Amino acid sequence: MPLPDRLPAAILVSLAAALLIALSGRRPNVRESWTFAAAAIKLLLVVSLVPAVARGEVVESSPLALLPGIDLHFRADPFGLLFALVASTLWLVTSVFSVGYMRAGGYARQTSYFAWFAVCLSATMGIAFAANLVTFFIFYEILTIATYPLVIHFRTDEAKRAGRQYLAYTLVAGQALLLAIAAVHVLAPGAEFQPGGFLAGRAGTPVLAVLFALFIIGVGVKAGIMPLHGWLPAAMVAPTPVSALLHAVAVVKAGAFGCVRIVGFVFGVDVLRAIGADVALAIAASITIVLASIRALGEGHLKRRLAYSTIGQLSYIVLGAALGSAAALAGAMFHIAAHGAMKITMFFCAGAIYAKTHLEQIEDLGGIGRRMPVTMGAFAVCALGLAGTPLLAGFISKWNIGLGAYQAGHPAFIAVLLASGLLNFAYFMPIVRTAFLDGEGTKPDEAGIALALPLALTSAAAILLGIFPDAGLNLYHLAWEAARQVVSPDTRGVL
Amino acid sequence: MTAHLPILIVVLPLAGAAAVALLGLRAGRAARGLALAILAASAACAAAALAAAVRTGPLRYFLGGWAPPWGIEYVVDPLAGGMATLVAVFALAAAVYAGPFVERLRPRDAGAFHAVYLLLTAGLLGIVVTGDLFNLYVFLEISSLAAYGLLALGGGRSVLASFRYLLLGTAAGTLYLLGVGCLYAVTGTLNMADVGARLPGQFDSPAVTMAIVLIVVGLAVKMALFPLHGWLPDVYTYAPAPVTAFVAGVMTKVSAYALLRVLFFVLGLGGAASDVLPVLGWVASAAALAGSVMALAQTDVRRILAYSSVGQMGYIVLGFAIGTPLALTGALLHVLNHAVMKACLFLSAGTVLYRTGESQLHGYEGVARHMPLTLGAFAIAAASLVGLPPTGGFFSKWYLLTAAFDAGRWPFAVVLAVSSLLSAVYMFRVIERAYLGEAPEPAPGTAPPGEAPAGMLAPTLALAAVVLLLGIFNEQVVSHVIAFALPPARGH
Repeated sequence: MPLPDRLPAAILVSLAAALLIALSGRRPNVRESWTFAAAAIKLLLVVSLVPAVARGEVVESSPLALLPGIDLHFRADPFGLLFALVASTLWLVTSVFSVGYMRAGGYARQTSYFAWFAVCLSATMGIAFAANLVTFFIFYEILTIATYPLVIHFRTDEAKRAGRQYLAYTLVAGQALLLAIAAVHVLAPGAEFQPGGFLAGRAGTPVLAVLFALFIIGVGVKAGIMPLHGWLPAAMVAPTPVSALLHAVAVVKAGAFGCVRIVGFVFGVDVLRAIGADVALAIAASITIVLASIRALGEGHLKRRLAYSTIGQLSYIVLGAALGSAAALAGAMFHIAAHGAMKITMFFCAGAIYAKTHLEQIEDLGGIGRRMPVTMGAFAVCALGLAGTPLLAGFISKWNIGLGAYQAGHPAFIAVLLASGLLNFAYFMPIVRTAFLDGEGTKPDEAGIALALPLALTSAAAILLGIFPDAGLNLYHLAWEAARQVVSPDTRGVL
Repeated sequence: MTAHLPILIVVLPLAGAAAVALLGLRAGRAARGLALAILAASAACAAAALAAAVRTGPLRYFLGGWAPPWGIEYVVDPLAGGMATLVAVFALAAAVYAGPFVERLRPRDAGAFHAVYLLLTAGLLGIVVTGDLFNLYVFLEISSLAAYGLLALGGGRSVLASFRYLLLGTAAGTLYLLGVGCLYAVTGTLNMADVGARLPGQFDSPAVTMAIVLIVVGLAVKMALFPLHGWLPDVYTYAPAPVTAFVAGVMTKVSAYALLRVLFFVLGLGGAASDVLPVLGWVASAAALAGSVMALAQTDVRRILAYSSVGQMGYIVLGFAIGTPLALTGALLHVLNHAVMKACLFLSAGTVLYRTGESQLHGYEGVARHMPLTLGAFAIAAASLVGLPPTGGFFSKWYLLTAAFDAGRWPFAVVLAVSSLLSAVYMFRVIERAYLGEAPEPAPGTAPPGEAPAGMLAPTLALAAVVLLLGIFNEQVVSHVIAFALPPARGH
């Protein structure tokens, strides 16, 4: 298959799988094999783009005219490919976990679960590869809708409430985003994402400031920027694999990804500095980082503590984008991968514990570390990583963002990163301590291979990325390549 | 053959109405077959006329060979052709869907039903293709009278609702006629093109101002533009489902078409007509918001849909009011999109009513479990109503939004966004109940309601598919049809 066709193919393969899954509801093994086949094909398609993109080639495809002057346009640039790689790799891993988790729990409506999951992944690929705002928006909204059935999967009153809250936040944000996109389309007809942005000189400061605010509301809800974060802890009522992939990787990262796209590829760092929006966004992100961490301290429910941790960690990405220097952007982009690998591991751990013991409160986890050493070992590794311990993935992104703050002339934000690191220790380490040191001693009894293997793999990835950030998929190289393009668009190779 | 298409579009259902009425006295089933065949033929003629008009320019037909301005002229330009195709195809789809409904009628009544139905279709098609202002009034009355009869078939409260519509509709028709009279007094002609040619220079005349006001108000009642929408909710709620789907899909749109035709083609936005647009803009904004708010307050699903139509008519008129080619593109695309989605919604709601006897919100609890396909169609059409991509509704909203920004009228864009959110709320109330509600246990000895019969399901699903196709391929529709249908550049 020619390279450009692999972009729509990577999007469509899971959409087709969703149909097949829906049609094979009666035979679970056939149904699950569609998920694995689609996940494997998608991953192969995405990985096969890496060499060309790393060489700086343009891979793009516009299969359809959407509107006069606007195509449905896909393009694999380094940043988009980075996100696509993270999402498609973790989908494959999550699928193993999903099957183990859903079967262990004997949950109802698994067909609808796997079908909507596949639709979500299609939408995520569309977001990653979108080359213009309209294409981005279409998949962004599809992701919003396709996630809803997963949030309300258990049909409890709590789940329904969370679903309503989720839709209220995301649909309002969607309209804000749509208004901003329509206005941008009038200011710069037919413009596409462009490193360094395309809005310079297109409108006066007040207009650009209002537009930027609308954009940030639009992507900030999914990225969990406070005070737009309320839906995320509530959505933890969803099955744990959903929380793992969608509420730690695909959905929330779509927001963070969108934020970087808007900052680096629509407005451009210079425009934001001119209107003063860079510092404003950086302060909002800093407040979110600190408040979410403090909020996590007081949360006794494991998944909800992880959710608050996610809110804080996502704002690292926002902060990096707002600072806008090369290192800050590279760190922000790499954090999509780093946080993805680490946080998904921790959700997997929470899921494995729940599947095995039905425990969700942190205070009840005494001794669980001796009972499930692999699970809690992985948890401890990723907790250290999120706090920014060297040799783990989180350190790479945090170091770069800190360096970027210095480069950008705002070294004060390094203090935010340090404070956040301490807070991360403060809210994660008690869990690890409780798990290994409290409670009765018991023999090891893990949750089964389908649940333990994924979390072992992703925690290994967190270590690997910390030592060799370029291992395998060139993620670090892609992040730096994308950051360089944004910061000095004139010297960019091709895009 | 092509030369005769304009008249065939109208004459087929008009003459067919008489034939079907007579045949219905003897053979109800045959009458239905004939009616469907006539509707299909009429749709084919409309589509052929549209294709010819896009390819070679407007088709003109002089009734009885009398050239205008003495005789009546029928004109099928791409706008009229597109609208006629829409009307005819919807007439056919709703008639197919009406099958199970008709079987509940006595055979003799079935013939009458189809005859009146054809008459309504003929009236609407006549409004669309005529090039004569007075002739338009005649067809307006034909369609209205036929509609009163059909809408009253729902029995019970539908009779009263229909009577109210009769009174208001007659008043509205009279206002329109008075307006046409004023124009005639000034220009001495009734032919649209002729009036348009003679008006410049007369715009200062108070009679022209009067005419514009009368025509706009008259048509605003017919298209249920807020705050003149009073007749609509009851009519949509109590009429039989197939009739509602047809009427809600296209009847108010035909009046909107007439408004567009008069404002932009006949008056060319000269004189007071250009002053009407800002007023229409604010009225339409109020309609878009008020319709959605009123829909929120309803507990009957059909009433939710009816008030939603009031709001959506606001979108269309908002496009007229902005008046740029981009805005008119959005308005016309929304005429098409809204026709498809609202018909789909009413058909789904009608099917639920047919199967469960319920149209109240609480009666929708868990209904999706028994009727997954019907509710699936409902959900897709609802997404289009909210304007979620990749459905058709998103794209018409996109044109309207960019047109509003482009014209510097950003408050209109905000109105559209807010109205979308409100419609998301009222549609979500239905969908959440249908999918997440607990279905009541069926009474002992009865089976739970099943999926709809194929005859009802097919048009519903087809419309849902069209909702998606209109979204994905909207650019084709815009650049191959709507681009040709826009009025000539604004003259002053």
